[in-house]
Amino acid sequence: MNPPTPLFSYILRQADNVLILGQRLSEWCGHGPILEQDIALTNFALDLIGQARSLYQYAAEVEGKGRSEDDLAYLRDGFDFYNVLLVELPKGDFGHTMTRQFFFDAYNYYFYQQLQKSSDPTLAAIAEKSIKEVTYHLRYSSEWMIRLGDGTEESHRRMQTAVDALWAYTGELYTPDAIDQELLAAGIAVDLGRLQQHWQQRVREILTAATLDIPTETWMQKGGKQGRHTEHLGYVLAEMQYLQRTYPNSEW
Amino acid sequence: MPDVKTKSRVSEIWELLETVHDPEVPVLTVVDLGVVREVREIESGIEVVITPTYSGCPAMNVIEINIKMALATAGYPNVAVRTVLSPAWTTDWMSEAGKQKLKAYGIAPPRGAAVDKSLLFAEPKRVPCPRCDSFDTKMVSEFGSTACKAHYQCNSCLEPFDYFKCL
Repeated sequence: MNPPTPLFSYILRQADNVLILGQRLSEWCGHGPILEQDIALTNFALDLIGQARSLYQYAAEVEGKGRSEDDLAYLRDGFDFYNVLLVELPKGDFGHTMTRQFFFDAYNYYFYQQLQKSSDPTLAAIAEKSIKEVTYHLRYSSEWMIRLGDGTEESHRRMQTAVDALWAYTGELYTPDAIDQELLAAGIAVDLGRLQQHWQQRVREILTAATLDIPTETWMQKGGKQGRHTEHLGYVLAEMQYLQRTYPNSEW
Repeated sequence: MPDVKTKSRVSEIWELLETVHDPEVPVLTVVDLGVVREVREIESGIEVVITPTYSGCPAMNVIEINIKMALATAGYPNVAVRTVLSPAWTTDWMSEAGKQKLKAYGIAPPRGAAVDKSLLFAEPKRVPCPRCDSFDTKMVSEFGSTACKAHYQCNSCLEPFDYFKCL
């Protein structure tokens, strides 16, 4: 069997990022602290899963082996998923979820901003559509970082705990590997070096406004983009893929 | 020379599409909503080009099926529906008639141009109540029953209502 092409892997990485985070956000359905947050988080999940569909459809077309968007979402095992580790971590409390969301939204926003200029017209179109939604996500999660970080003693403590716990998972968002570099040279991929600058500036700005300490730790976790995951991904997939695995080809 | 028959067939399709309603906001047709971007004749029949309001809008599949069914019933069995993402949909594409229908239905239509969504802690938009037209309203939740709506309440008549957000 031929190894996947760089373009196929590249599309899957972003598709998996937004699908897995969408799945994690869906866990809040019926559990939000108040109704507005409950609806907000599930709305975000819907946006992200919608973006995942567009990306999987394109990945399936690029691969050209007759797999569908559903096959890619429901019939791959953990080592064939290429999302960053950040998105697969458990949701934690609301502060933890918002901090993860903020770190990811800041990545997602600058990612789509650059991808709109991709020489690949399908990726550029998906980015043009998605960035309108992600602009809203980034504003929302930025506001919650500030509101809770600069809130009560308890909310501040929880936010700082979340920032410290998640920090080591942020480096993977902007660390390029051979696939990123090859496709950047072809004008298709996003320049992660530039994204890193934007990401760090935004994070510094918001954490400062939120009176939260920016971690000084520089050692970063990695592996998700290459298919090496934490033990948490398996649980997400088990729940998400259960129906198709147990009753193959079942349809609504 | 333009083919008169072709032209009239395309405009007939547009008229038929005026009978296809959005499943989640049934007072609007897909043409009012601005999701139909193009109708053209292709070798195998008719192609209707649509664009989603939001990436995850669950109504899109139903809209596609309803378009095919409406056109098949009217004698156009070979219809292909193609989805495009660019240019991205905006509430600016909603027709004036559509906005009036929304208001009559009790949903406040999108107002003015889409605002800068990156501004933190911005004041919520002033939206008049679709029932009593009072501007004394408050935003209850930025999110509503569907991705495209926010939830408001009127302080004058106390009626809760949906606002169709600008995008």
